[in-house]
Amino acid sequence: MAQIFHRSTNTVAKVTLFGAVFFVAVAGWVAATLDRSAYSTRQGVVREQPVPFSHDHHVVALGIDCRYCHTAVETEAFAGIPPTTTCINCHKLIWNESDMLAPVRASLAEDTPIRWTRVHDLPDFVYFDHSIHVAKGVGCATCHGRVDQMPLVYQAASLQMEWCLECHRHPERYVGPREQVFNMAWKAPDQATLGPALVAEYHVDPRTDCSTCHR
Amino acid sequence: MAELTPDARMGKPPVVAPGYTPGSVTDKISAIVLTRTPRWWWVAFGLSFLLMQALLVGVAYLFFEGVGIWGVNNPVGWGFAIINFVWWIGIGHAGTLISAILLLLRQEWRTSINRFAEAMTLFAVACAGVFPLVHLGRPWLAYWLLPYPNTMGLWPNFRSPLIWDVFAVSTYATVSALFWYVGLIPDMATLRDRSRRRWKKIVYGFAAMGWRGHAAHWHNYEVAYLLLAGLATPLVVSVHTVVSFDFAVGQIPGWHATIFPPYFVAGAVFAGFAMVLTLAVPLRQAFALQDFITMRHIQNMAKVMLTTGLIVAYGYLIEIFMAFYSGNQYEEFMLLNRIQGPYKLHWWALLLCNVLAPQAIWLRKVRSSPWLVFLVAMFVNVGMWLERFVIVVTSLSREFLPSSWGTYSGTRWDWAIFVGTIGLFLSLLFLFVRFLPMISIFEMRTILPEAKSVHQRPEEADA
Repeated sequence: MAQIFHRSTNTVAKVTLFGAVFFVAVAGWVAATLDRSAYSTRQGVVREQPVPFSHDHHVVALGIDCRYCHTAVETEAFAGIPPTTTCINCHKLIWNESDMLAPVRASLAEDTPIRWTRVHDLPDFVYFDHSIHVAKGVGCATCHGRVDQMPLVYQAASLQMEWCLECHRHPERYVGPREQVFNMAWKAPDQATLGPALVAEYHVDPRTDCSTCHR
Repeated sequence: MAELTPDARMGKPPVVAPGYTPGSVTDKISAIVLTRTPRWWWVAFGLSFLLMQALLVGVAYLFFEGVGIWGVNNPVGWGFAIINFVWWIGIGHAGTLISAILLLLRQEWRTSINRFAEAMTLFAVACAGVFPLVHLGRPWLAYWLLPYPNTMGLWPNFRSPLIWDVFAVSTYATVSALFWYVGLIPDMATLRDRSRRRWKKIVYGFAAMGWRGHAAHWHNYEVAYLLLAGLATPLVVSVHTVVSFDFAVGQIPGWHATIFPPYFVAGAVFAGFAMVLTLAVPLRQAFALQDFITMRHIQNMAKVMLTTGLIVAYGYLIEIFMAFYSGNQYEEFMLLNRIQGPYKLHWWALLLCNVLAPQAIWLRKVRSSPWLVFLVAMFVNVGMWLERFVIVVTSLSREFLPSSWGTYSGTRWDWAIFVGTIGLFLSLLFLFVRFLPMISIFEMRTILPEAKSVHQRPEEADA
């Protein structure tokens, strides 16, 4: 009786069996990597804006405080996007004929807000409140990165749930003094001793119940 | 007298009718697969396949519209999905019991029924698996049930019996599939060698994984099969124990009972043997396999069904006893509500099907008639479904607070999906009996009297 399969089938079978294990492992790795990549999270991707507003220039060169524009950050859930009039406070006098600022003047003239592109956009099923984080000593730079060094803003963190939970589970690794919250450059000399002390002092008790964020 | 088996000496009928040789056994079983498809098969498969479309349509509409098309609502949040899941999972247990436990106990009579009982297990688990998946609000996220390093930084809730279910059922499905497939390999080789057409040789040859009947192959096979039997044995007990925890861990009266694990396991084997009988009686008739699936098999299975049925009846009795003995007013009410509440018809029908009907097996006349045994098995199939209905619905519809009482009934979509899984089950079964040997050919050869006499020493054979 003639052989049904060629001799090489033995090798093919073995390669297939071990290859399957390898294939599944690689597929899992690719999926996990893609899920955490900038492609999926848009971490580190600079977003186009209607006006190329530079935080770098306004914060470092001009020394404007975060709260000059993001006025509600200490009291509200939403930190606030400044109205056009906030821009015009200065730009009625300086660079008031610049082409780059034409959309800002148009916005004022037509009384329609500028449509900024939102960079830090949490899913709608997540409840997030800036005021409590600021009150418990979480610095702006902890989540938003060095915005003061960003000519155009990008998302510094992944904003994935594991990233939120990292701090909610270990707040002592991230909490700083309240008076340094708006100091973008502040670095703890010794977080290992300062962190736990501040957690105790500020009564930092971040919940990790589902309903803390998914209300 | 050389060919007397130990069974024959004890006066038991043989497990295979006399007059067969290894060759004729192989001829008979492989012919079912290798000859032309009988016309009735097309009719039976066609009807099953048609029935399966109910599942397809039901699930399609479910995914389109959401679980609102089902009858579940407050307070009865668990309905047909879990009833059907538990029913199917329970049915699967007979296959594992027959293949693993009866193998380890060296029960020869398992040989002609283990293959299709195992297949039945796989198909029942497949049907059961449909329900936990489709009952999720967002079934495309079903993989969230598995523990894997995810971007949410979360593990599933390991304290929940529902997650234990995921492990129990997936382990069960995997081990059952492996066990079934490993047992099939030597028969695949037989079919490969007996097929005439080249494509059949290739397909069966592929499945036979290069089996040549070498002594080393047989050695590996025996070791693997025994190991798998050892692995599968605890599953007979563990799977339905975990399923019972879905209820027993909750605090609802009628669920929160320590008797649940053993009572569920007995119920599972009970339901499983009923389903094996439901399939075996028509199949042996259709394929003229009365010589292999003998009356001894039917009777043995009927006796297992009766025994486990008595354990289940004992479970019911203890539930009644505990309701009063506990002195707990909610437990007491739960029982009275079963007996005379809105679902009393279900409860009394359940007693008729699961407790009263199997008692007919005590009669030799019933035991010796395959179709009467089949009838009893049909009662049990219905009864075990009713049992899960009574457990799930009566308890949820009458909880602690009368202000939150309600009623439940399945909608037409509930029924469509349930009936559809029966179609899926039967379709898979008919495909199986057509394309694979439904009785293990090589194991049947080993239980022939001829095979035994070879192993006897000359002086013993002469005696």
